[in-house]
Amino acid sequence: MSRLDLINGKVEMAHGGGGRAMAQLISQLFARAFDNEWLAQGNDQAQLSFPAGRLAFANDSHVVSPLFFPGGDIGSLAVHGTLNDLAMCGARPHALSVGFILEEGFALAELARIVESMAQASREANVPIVTGDTKVVERGKGDGVFINTSGVGIVPEGLDLSGDRARPGDCILLSGSVGDHGACILTQRESLGFAADIRSDSCALHRLTQAMVAQVPQLRCMRDPTRGGLANTLNELAQQSGVGMQLEEAAIPVIQPVQAVCELLGLDPLYLANEGKLVAICPPEQAPELLALMRAHPQGKSAAIIGTVTADPQQFVQLRTRFGGNRLLDWLNSEPLPRIC
Amino acid sequence: MKYVDVFRDAELAHQLAQHILQQADPGRHYRLMEFCGGHTHAVFRYGLPALLPDNVELVHGPGCPVCVLPVARLEQALELSRLPEVILCSYGDMLRVPAGRGQSLLKARADGADIRMLYSPLEALTLAQQHPERQVVFFAIGFETTTPPTAVLIQRADEMGISNLSVLCNHVLTPAAMHAILTPSEGEATAIDGFIGPAHVSTVIGSEAYAPFPRQFGKPVVIAGFEPLDLLQAISMLVGQLNRHEARVENQFSRAVTPGGNPKARALVEQVFERRDSFEWRGLGEVPASALKIRPEYARYDAEQRFELSAPRAREHPACECPAVLRGQKRPDQCRLFGTPCTPDNPLGACMVSSEGACAAWYRYNRGRIAMQERE
Repeated sequence: MSRLDLINGKVEMAHGGGGRAMAQLISQLFARAFDNEWLAQGNDQAQLSFPAGRLAFANDSHVVSPLFFPGGDIGSLAVHGTLNDLAMCGARPHALSVGFILEEGFALAELARIVESMAQASREANVPIVTGDTKVVERGKGDGVFINTSGVGIVPEGLDLSGDRARPGDCILLSGSVGDHGACILTQRESLGFAADIRSDSCALHRLTQAMVAQVPQLRCMRDPTRGGLANTLNELAQQSGVGMQLEEAAIPVIQPVQAVCELLGLDPLYLANEGKLVAICPPEQAPELLALMRAHPQGKSAAIIGTVTADPQQFVQLRTRFGGNRLLDWLNSEPLPRIC
Repeated sequence: MKYVDVFRDAELAHQLAQHILQQADPGRHYRLMEFCGGHTHAVFRYGLPALLPDNVELVHGPGCPVCVLPVARLEQALELSRLPEVILCSYGDMLRVPAGRGQSLLKARADGADIRMLYSPLEALTLAQQHPERQVVFFAIGFETTTPPTAVLIQRADEMGISNLSVLCNHVLTPAAMHAILTPSEGEATAIDGFIGPAHVSTVIGSEAYAPFPRQFGKPVVIAGFEPLDLLQAISMLVGQLNRHEARVENQFSRAVTPGGNPKARALVEQVFERRDSFEWRGLGEVPASALKIRPEYARYDAEQRFELSAPRAREHPACECPAVLRGQKRPDQCRLFGTPCTPDNPLGACMVSSEGACAAWYRYNRGRIAMQERE
């Protein structure tokens, strides 16, 4: 088989056509980077051995623009996104699948960079990518590359985390600063011409969550505040559990460059996406122990208790401002767009 | 953020709030309008109403550019965007503003129109250069702050000889709208005791632009910055003037606003634009001499001249109370459409359209407080 030109080559329609070119792409790029026994078998599916118990199953699609950004790229993001969705119920991630939708003409060198980054993220997480698929769409019908990942994981016995379990009096914990990913992507969009030094927080959280559920099995729920940010995630949980929430603005960590970008563009960091943070709700008795555990973990160093769950039939999430006022933290009602003046 | 945080000091805010409480005469009511949407946003974001005595009421004015843009003008932009040769560009928060029949620029884009979001009008120039075979139209909106950049765009295009660019001009004027608010329709009283003057607009037009309001209408104006302490201080200054039966223009935002404003920006605007006889404001209706159009010298950059645009008539919801809200005669929650069916996701009236609009800000930030008070 001829060599794939990973320096100057481009994605061609044939790379998704099922013939020799596709086999070449799979063997010389994907299978080599993701290298594991299941891919080596060359079947259309991976056959996995599972211990008895409950299976967690999650899926995530990634269409981020730009494809590469400080702190990550679409590849690492696609791995972390699905790992984190699995991790939020306390599951131990077991295996991932990946589906690529490539645009004709996309540089193979960039694809190789993305694939290598996915492989590295998968190795670091110790969760293999065991099966996958590639399709190519005509030039102009995609945006370079779209990636879909699915994952399965095993839920430890006796654990039952769910967004409908928050009760009045519970504590709300956050694992670190909010808005980093959203602000990073905004500042990377070329038309802004910003020179802000903000890295995406994209990372895998399953080691943190496994430590949390092992030590505090009374945890009610966890969720990663991705699109819509912290504000939307808390509104979702309030609605699912039929409760309200009272937050303290001063307790919510926001790093200074993110705050500055938000000031300039008229955005609220509480509505910006995160890709490496989680919200956890637990009974008040366990909150100090859980907080200490989170802070001792690299992914939870600046964790904080940011508020409490309240009894509120209207399910309002409210924020006591640094300034002493109290305001409603409503659902995001559309994409956060900069205000004009 | 140290240059910002000093204007958000909770301890100072508490002291100022105490001072306002002592100042406010319990025997009277103070109705103060913050004209500008940026102020409305700050008022709710920092929870200022909770810090003020009950008889000091903030009324939220029409200074939200996307809110007051008449639907008919948006319909024209939509019409332009459907022309195959046109690339229509505008600011981000304009894109989701609803027109009739559930349409918006965002929806038109989903239907195939080439619509781009800009951060600066000069990006339109680049687009025009990159696409010489297309017609780039900048859908220009906003008050005196966004007008000078549009003037620069037109002059640059002229200097560079770029011919495939034009501007659909909707720039409006703050003092004219304040004038309209103080000139109520027959049988109605003006409901405003004084104005908190806009921050950024005033950096351009200067504090002298507000001189007619004390003189002609006996209403004080205090220009304020956008930070919460700025607002509290301005409120205190207004209450002080009203207690002393004074009506003057005062400048709380002296760190940025001068009496004459920004002469360079004003001259630019003067070169490129002239006043329209009248312009429709969503919520206020026709307001004389309240908007700008492109001067005949630059007519070739005027989209209204370049394209044949229809003048669609747009009807507002008959139960919408935006006109009364914008004039300070009603609170947002006194409109029977407020909350159901009119919400930020489904805005029926002007004030619900953007987060700076009076009703949207009230909806986003204030429902919890009202609900809590009702429960107590």
